[in-house]
Amino acid sequence: MVSVQNEDFDVAHEYAALCAKAAKSGAIVTFVGRVRDYGDYKDVETITLEHYPGMTEKMLQNIIDEANEKWAIQAVSIVHRVGELAAGAQIVFVGVASSHRANAFAACEFIMDFLKTKAPFWKKEKTADGQQWVEQKASDLDRIERWTK
Amino acid sequence: MIKLVFLAQFREKLQLSELPFELEKTPITVENLKCELAKKGERWREIFDCEKVLCAVNQEMATPEFAIYDGDEVAFFPPVTGG
Repeated sequence: MVSVQNEDFDVAHEYAALCAKAAKSGAIVTFVGRVRDYGDYKDVETITLEHYPGMTEKMLQNIIDEANEKWAIQAVSIVHRVGELAAGAQIVFVGVASSHRANAFAACEFIMDFLKTKAPFWKKEKTADGQQWVEQKASDLDRIERWTK
Repeated sequence: MIKLVFLAQFREKLQLSELPFELEKTPITVENLKCELAKKGERWREIFDCEKVLCAVNQEMATPEFAIYDGDEVAFFPPVTGG
């Protein structure tokens, strides 16, 4: 399941939905990404997330499809928020259900690593000094290498 | 005619989110289209000559050699920063 939305999500609700979809799963791994109050520039008040409507949902589904090819997983859920979000707000949820924990942990990490480098979202930070676009991190690109070895 | 789409910093710099664009000849590669767009003015040159520019054609990531045809939607954007 893929959702791109401005509204906040409820982790318990997303977890329950995964349980319902993957009733026989023995492991569910969930991840939540939040807005840090200290980013590229100090004292972040809010961030604004822009995306490419149409392509965003397709790319997130592609990432899920890739994860499905690599690991035996029963259900995946991605919720990514867009628009203006305050420091501390939830940005992204990734949940993976599998028979056992190894696949669930690996697939969840893979999905986040690829989301950060492939999904068409862009963040702008608002600080006391104004607004600045966040730059892509070399460390995020490095993480992708792990999955291609 | 193709539809150009600009996102994030590029959209801001050009003050444009979309632009219909007539191709002199078709198909044209992504790389050659970038060269064409760099000639349109100072701000265009700053983006298409200097910055790391990613491209998607019809909402699929495209390499510099990818061929663009009439009717395509061609989006240009900076490296992504979601998650």
